[in-house]
Amino acid sequence: MLAYIIRRLVYAIPILIGVNLLTFALFFVVNTPDQMARVQLGDKHVTEDAVQEWKAQRGYDKPLLINGEADGAEVFIDTIFFEKSLSLFVLDFGKSDAGRNIAADIEQRMWPSLAVALPTFIIGISVNIAFALFVVMFRASIFDTSAMILCVGLMSVSGVFYVIAGQFFFAKEWSLVPISGYLGGADAWRFLLLPVTIGVISGIGGGTRLYRTLFLEEANKDYVRTARAKGVAELTVLFRHILPNGMIPILTSVVVVIPSLFMGSLLVESFFGIPGLGSYTLDAIQSQDFAIVRSMVFLGSVLYIIGLLLTDISYTLVDPRVRLS
Amino acid sequence: MNTQGSLVVAALAVAFTFFISGCGDGAWNNPHPADEAGKNILYSNFSGPPKHLDPVISYSSDEGRFIDQIYDPPLQYHYLKRPFELEPNTLAQMPEIVYLDAEGNEVPSESPELAYSDYFFELTPGTYYQPHPAFALDETGESIYAFESADDAAPFRTLSDFSETGTRELIAEDYAYQLKRLADPTLLSPIRGLMSEYILGMNEFADIAKQARDAQGEGEWLDLRTLDFSGVEVIDRYRFRIRLKGKYPQFSYWLAFHFFAPIPFEADRFYSMPGMADRNITLDWYPVGTGPYMMTRNDPNEAIVLEKNPNYRDDFYPAEGEIADRAAGLLDDAGQKIPFIDKVVYRLEKESIPLWSKFLQGYYDRSGIASDSFDQAISVGSEGIGLSDEMRERGITLDVAVTPGTYYFGFNMLDDVIGDTGTADERERKRLLRQAIAIIYDQEEYISIFYNGRGETAMSPIPPGIFGYQKGQEGLNDSVFDWIDGEAVRKSTEVARDLMVKAGYPDGRDADTGEPLVLNLDTVGSGGSAAQSWLIKQFKKIGIQLNIRGTDYNRFKDKMKAGNAQLFQWGWLADYPDAENFLFLLYGPNGQVVTQGAGVNSSNFDNARYNELFEEMKLMENSPERMEIIREMLDILHHEMPWASSFHPHSYVLNNAWVYNSKPHGISKSVLKYLRIDPEQRARMQAEWNSPVLWPLLLVAVIVLVTALPGYLAYRRRLNHRIRPLGGDK
Repeated sequence: MLAYIIRRLVYAIPILIGVNLLTFALFFVVNTPDQMARVQLGDKHVTEDAVQEWKAQRGYDKPLLINGEADGAEVFIDTIFFEKSLSLFVLDFGKSDAGRNIAADIEQRMWPSLAVALPTFIIGISVNIAFALFVVMFRASIFDTSAMILCVGLMSVSGVFYVIAGQFFFAKEWSLVPISGYLGGADAWRFLLLPVTIGVISGIGGGTRLYRTLFLEEANKDYVRTARAKGVAELTVLFRHILPNGMIPILTSVVVVIPSLFMGSLLVESFFGIPGLGSYTLDAIQSQDFAIVRSMVFLGSVLYIIGLLLTDISYTLVDPRVRLS
Repeated sequence: MNTQGSLVVAALAVAFTFFISGCGDGAWNNPHPADEAGKNILYSNFSGPPKHLDPVISYSSDEGRFIDQIYDPPLQYHYLKRPFELEPNTLAQMPEIVYLDAEGNEVPSESPELAYSDYFFELTPGTYYQPHPAFALDETGESIYAFESADDAAPFRTLSDFSETGTRELIAEDYAYQLKRLADPTLLSPIRGLMSEYILGMNEFADIAKQARDAQGEGEWLDLRTLDFSGVEVIDRYRFRIRLKGKYPQFSYWLAFHFFAPIPFEADRFYSMPGMADRNITLDWYPVGTGPYMMTRNDPNEAIVLEKNPNYRDDFYPAEGEIADRAAGLLDDAGQKIPFIDKVVYRLEKESIPLWSKFLQGYYDRSGIASDSFDQAISVGSEGIGLSDEMRERGITLDVAVTPGTYYFGFNMLDDVIGDTGTADERERKRLLRQAIAIIYDQEEYISIFYNGRGETAMSPIPPGIFGYQKGQEGLNDSVFDWIDGEAVRKSTEVARDLMVKAGYPDGRDADTGEPLVLNLDTVGSGGSAAQSWLIKQFKKIGIQLNIRGTDYNRFKDKMKAGNAQLFQWGWLADYPDAENFLFLLYGPNGQVVTQGAGVNSSNFDNARYNELFEEMKLMENSPERMEIIREMLDILHHEMPWASSFHPHSYVLNNAWVYNSKPHGISKSVLKYLRIDPEQRARMQAEWNSPVLWPLLLVAVIVLVTALPGYLAYRRRLNHRIRPLGGDK
């Protein structure tokens, strides 16, 4: 397995270079270093000298991808792309174009994101699986039909509606929880209650329908029928037999997102004023801060690759037939 | 109920008890920590992280609202008096100005020989900096924090991790130090270019500083005290002098800006230590000042906290103001020591709905009014605009003021179709075309629809409250309005159509070719908004086809810089309350194209007479002679029409009943020290407005049980189900 993991990590390098190149190209097609400088320097009294000085201080005064005036390897090395990309591969994110240390910002902002995303994820998965198993138990009954109608209804409602309705009723009309905001420490739960609840409820529809389909496939297999014929209790059938065997496809969609959890959710964090990473990239795009954009895209790619790797590894844990080689 | 069921019920009971107990005695929806209840803390908000807090770089009002409470420039604006009036801040008296000729001999202020202006400043002794680790000294007088490598800084993650602090008195050298920082090109001060035109030796100092930085190692601290700046002289501990080239009356206004606030060299040294920038511990993030407040927390993703500076000098609430101020209770605290409020907490609020709800719940003390809350907050009746009944019942008060700014719909005067180009005849016809557009552009309707009536049509770039503003018929833009029955009435569309005929576009078609006249509006964003549809409708009144060219901000700026835009919308908020700061928006040498995008004259208007008058006017003190010149300049603008229309926006601020001494100040952001709140009244009102409603929780529990019970029963039934063999038991 170790050889497999190392091989996958080596494969990741060209992928990350490609992602970095794509981010770079997309960003600089839309923004030039001059425009970035003007955005950072503001609207009033910005002189051409100040623009050039800003670029020189941050290394944006070099050619983008190819330095036609340089010789040898410097043609590629003495460029914005090379200088800004190399350090990423040792996870040195450097400073934002506004002068902030990006690693310090990420470290600070990831915890509130995790505080929302982790309970939403764990509770959401648990509720969805439990509900899906419950529905499978009563498949082809009025329960099943009612539950599916409910799920489709839940899926059809926009996430923003859940947020606004939740805030209106629970925070404004009934004064049960703060409408938005975040405090660290022991006070945090008061601010997490509503976003986590909304996150879980808004995910029930889609999650339950997906898992129900997976479990139904298992529930019709011979080994389940055999278990029932042997007189095994229904709960045992569901949790001991159907659930573990239905886990492989579930893992595909679940494990891959685990490393990305700390990247946060833009919608939830914006509406609830959670100071997480959700809006970090978006704010950076708006302020044309390439240093943050490339760092966050790179980090997202790394985490996605790690997520895929973990998914593969987790297959071997839930299914002894799977071997990584 | 079986054991499992009992466990579930018990767990739910424990969770509910935990929830109830965790909410404490106060309101459950209180977004602030429970231990802050009843304290003298003002709660406010911000919508986006400030980019810069270094007073030499920051140039945004969103940043000024923080750092202007911390930094003490030499001058400040009187809080209550209008028109705006400067007064000493850290100075013993207003700066003494001495005019000199090229040889250094004193000359009168109007002398043609005038070559320099010397500003002499004298500080009031006894002003001290906030407690800060930069001033922490050991027994030998050496700084406690003197890191030699980044490893030394490793234990410190934020400024509050530095346990030792100190202070020292404000001295003249600190102001000189900041002026040197202003000139230092590596710091990229936005006003360096402008100030280098006036402050003697600024460009030379920039070269010296650059050379000195190049000569030293990367990241090393450059002690700017060691470098000479010919325009700045420290006379003694409390006195210093700034020498300007020529005369620049508006310089006094700049002296009330944080750009000229003092920076102690110790702070610069402290933040330049190795490893500090890597932890985001910089002057751009943690200000150091002598002002009424100090920043004790800077977490722009969550909250920014200002606390009263314990070393703040004796400062008192003003005893004079406008006539109406006494009746409004704004002089009730006259002579009281300020600041009144102990702590100010700004929380990040990106969305307007939660922000508005929290204001109505009493968790924010003050609020602006977003468009979607306008109808709830404001009622528009025959008596004019006022608070709605709901707001009145809550005891909320409303501050309305004209923002010292101008938003305008401009023409690019370099454009071949609409600008001031071609032969004399062509230029006149284009002028008539601009006038026709100005007439049909119904600014009043625009303000009513898209600004909820929060603004007033401008007759000139100068807003009310600024010298040069002319009220009533005197200030009327008679190219667009007539004065009828004591009020300005927009000329009719018929007049505009006649002008179109004279301009060579009868019914919006070229008189020679018959082609329809198509004009392009360059704007940020995509087409199709309600405002754009409204604009198209306006132009259609005289047959002009308006084409909206939406683009992103970068492209838009590029177009403006290159002079490729035709029509555009732009705005300006005043730096200082002087006519020069508005009329320079149309001064030829400030044109966007000629300055490569650095200028503020977006219309590229370049009228020789106007330029000449501007140059004369900007050097004058406010006087009847200056007023005459301004009148002539405005007449030129009314005739030439570089802008189709403009308006001055109104600011609306709501205060909860426990907020006192609120008076909008369009220019200064340093007003927090005058505000007072009644925390006890706030606590009472919050409790009254936010009593938790519990029945929905019970309802949810009942719904869950009602839903779960049939399922549970069906499950039990299935477990008890027995397969009976065919034919029954045998």
